[in-house]
Amino acid sequence: MKEELVFPKVITGTHGPEEGAGAGTPWPDDVPPNQDDTWYPLRDDPWRARQVEVLIALLWGVTAICGIGLMIVYWTGGQAQLEGVLMFGGFAALAAGLVIWARKLVPGQEVTASRGEHTSDPDERSGVVTSLERGTRPMLTRRGFLLKKVLVPVGGVFGLATLWPLASLGSRPDRALFHTKWYPGARLVTEDGRPIRVDDIVVDGELTVFPEGFIEDAMSAAVVINIGTDKMQSRTVNGFNQAGFEVGSGPNGIVAFSKICTHAGCPVSLFNVLSMQLICPCHQSTFDILKSCEPVFGPASRPLPQLPLGVRPDGYLIATRDFVEPVGPGFWNRGSEP
Amino acid sequence: MSTLADRAAARKRAERSQGVFDWLDDRLGSSRWLRSAMDKIFPDHWSFMVGEIAMYSFVILIATGIYLTFFYNASGAIVVYHGPYKPLDGQHMTIAYESVINLSFSVRAGLIMRQAHHWAALIFIAAIVFHMGRIFFTGAFRRPREINWVIGTTLLLTALLEGFSGYSLPDDLLSGGGLRILYSIIQSIPIIGTWVAADLWGGNTFPGNGDFFPRLFVLHEFILPLTIAGLLGVHLAVLWRQKHTDFPGPGKTERNIVGSRFWPQYFVKTNALLLFIAGVVFGLGGLVQINPVWVYGPYESARASSGTQPDWYIGWLDGALRLWPHWEFRSFGHEIPNPFFPGILIPGIIFAVIYAWPWVDKRIYRDYGEHNLLDRPRDKPLRTALGVAALAFFVDLTLASATDLIGSALGVAFETLIEIMQYGTFVAPAVAGVVAYRVCLRLQRGAVHPIQRPVGGIMVRDAQGGYHTLGAPHAEEHETGDEHELEPAGAAATAVGEGTLE
Repeated sequence: MKEELVFPKVITGTHGPEEGAGAGTPWPDDVPPNQDDTWYPLRDDPWRARQVEVLIALLWGVTAICGIGLMIVYWTGGQAQLEGVLMFGGFAALAAGLVIWARKLVPGQEVTASRGEHTSDPDERSGVVTSLERGTRPMLTRRGFLLKKVLVPVGGVFGLATLWPLASLGSRPDRALFHTKWYPGARLVTEDGRPIRVDDIVVDGELTVFPEGFIEDAMSAAVVINIGTDKMQSRTVNGFNQAGFEVGSGPNGIVAFSKICTHAGCPVSLFNVLSMQLICPCHQSTFDILKSCEPVFGPASRPLPQLPLGVRPDGYLIATRDFVEPVGPGFWNRGSEP
Repeated sequence: MSTLADRAAARKRAERSQGVFDWLDDRLGSSRWLRSAMDKIFPDHWSFMVGEIAMYSFVILIATGIYLTFFYNASGAIVVYHGPYKPLDGQHMTIAYESVINLSFSVRAGLIMRQAHHWAALIFIAAIVFHMGRIFFTGAFRRPREINWVIGTTLLLTALLEGFSGYSLPDDLLSGGGLRILYSIIQSIPIIGTWVAADLWGGNTFPGNGDFFPRLFVLHEFILPLTIAGLLGVHLAVLWRQKHTDFPGPGKTERNIVGSRFWPQYFVKTNALLLFIAGVVFGLGGLVQINPVWVYGPYESARASSGTQPDWYIGWLDGALRLWPHWEFRSFGHEIPNPFFPGILIPGIIFAVIYAWPWVDKRIYRDYGEHNLLDRPRDKPLRTALGVAALAFFVDLTLASATDLIGSALGVAFETLIEIMQYGTFVAPAVAGVVAYRVCLRLQRGAVHPIQRPVGGIMVRDAQGGYHTLGAPHAEEHETGDEHELEPAGAAATAVGEGTLE
């Protein structure tokens, strides 16, 4: 007697606007009446339905086997490839079974319904403004309403004050970007802290160096190059002639430049001996060493700053001072005088 | 054949369910909503699954990501490695990098979780982009769905940040280079750049004072995922409220919706999709190596090599940095450095255009009406051509991020390639756009629209300027052979409830 409750054979019409917005409007003609959404492809074919059930069960059996396999692989120490195969098998078989189930045995396919209305009726729309005005009109329309004038500046001041702790996140940039750790007399040392002499670097050789005591300082990285008998044009920076920045001459002209690309800060770590160029691997900015590392290709628009070199009496290479200009990529006030 | 016992059991089950829902309804009045939720109809089309792929990739990202947080250690402190991976033995590295190496080699199932996480991230963003393309080319962003276009674009932005932050966490040589470039881009912002960079990284120069990795970690596993989850929730709620769009077809109109019921048909299928994506992601995670950070080595500021490309979705930005000419602006002691233009300004303009697109589109087509039926891309040739042109632009930029690889593969100097691709940023979109436009026109002429009768009809232009076809289409679909008004897909100014001809 409660049969209808358990197996509703036909849902008349479909879910539509029984009340609320759009209620009472006639159903659109384009929703076919009396759709049977208990239908599914194998409803009237129990034998085929059974076959499909068995197929799905077999697929899920594969999932179970993959699960057992996964546990065994894990217990025996784990192996990424086997785990991958078993995870794929387990999930994919489970999913395949579900898809077949949905397609063949689950009702509710190809149903048509009305979209209904998603907008409110005009009364409700104007009601919103009425409610809003009820609160604001008496205050905001009064001439010389004091609180309105006070609230904005008070909110501004206090809001700004509550943002203040954000400043603790970092230090003031100050002049940090204008200087590196190179100091007069600093020996040039390699990445593992070994100081180098003039004769450690052969003709056409290139080495990455740091100031002694600061091998971890990213901004101080420099490359030192033996340009042999080549002549390098020197550059004048901010009225500072850098002609004396190289050491040695003739067969052993040694120059050093900042290793930080003036474009986006990558280490300029490719060295083309044939063309005497330094190339940045990130965006292919190319610097001509014999023109004081002027950029000749790529997005960099400034030369690599040159490190002034000297030689100690015991033969060690030293810097005679810091770079004349800020190293690395540009920033807003880079050109400002100290 | 149901026996008496079967029927009795079914009745008992129904009564039990009734009890549960009555209990809920007594407290929440939930039954009406629950019924409409279960009866809700979702149209079926393969392209509608792509957004779901993005959503389920996100689910897998959360699951694998939580697992990874148990092992990752976001510390910039330096240690000397002595572990099972011998090539790195004795090397100095950050604790962050060491924890990723340990996760990969010493934690059982750690490697597959890490690689599945990375693969899921790539699929996540690819699915978002594909989904967005589908929305764009079919005009699904039109009224009333502008809100979801804006939320979706914000989701894409957040997902890009999420992807890049996750890629940077291992502190390997590859991602460390990426962070150095990001620092330079942020530093290039006029006036506030150096402050923002210093405040993000801590300290006042790159690579900061060691606060950075904990911050990046919080961003990656808390702030950004929470943002994505929240936006996704709103995205789905709006979709639920507005109902899904559908392609025009027999029996489909602006006022009805045809598809599968949420319960159980759609529910079963969508869960199958989740499981299938999980299968693919873990299969890739186990079988296909990705981001082998132990090969790249730990980050060292003075080291970099060529052939270093970011994940695919960052490629267009890296390419833009390579292609932008060596211009920067200097005057009065101030400068706007080069990376600002390709790194901030161009992406900013691109996203501004994407955000504004629904309103631009309204102006182009003078179409302010509501649409539930989609355009076929060929029916809006101008929009399709612009979309294809934009894709060509992104392909050109993405290829530019691999000039070193392409150059060595083809034996061409990277200088030549970059020059070609610089011209390509103009030529490729122009050519692709024109070709797409002509293909659209050709397709329009050649193929029969699903809503049109295969033989001719009568076109009528109404007072508002809209075009309507009169005739007796799909006579076999209706009981009566009466004349029907057709929704003219593709014609201008077709809004719901507008310009009916009786």
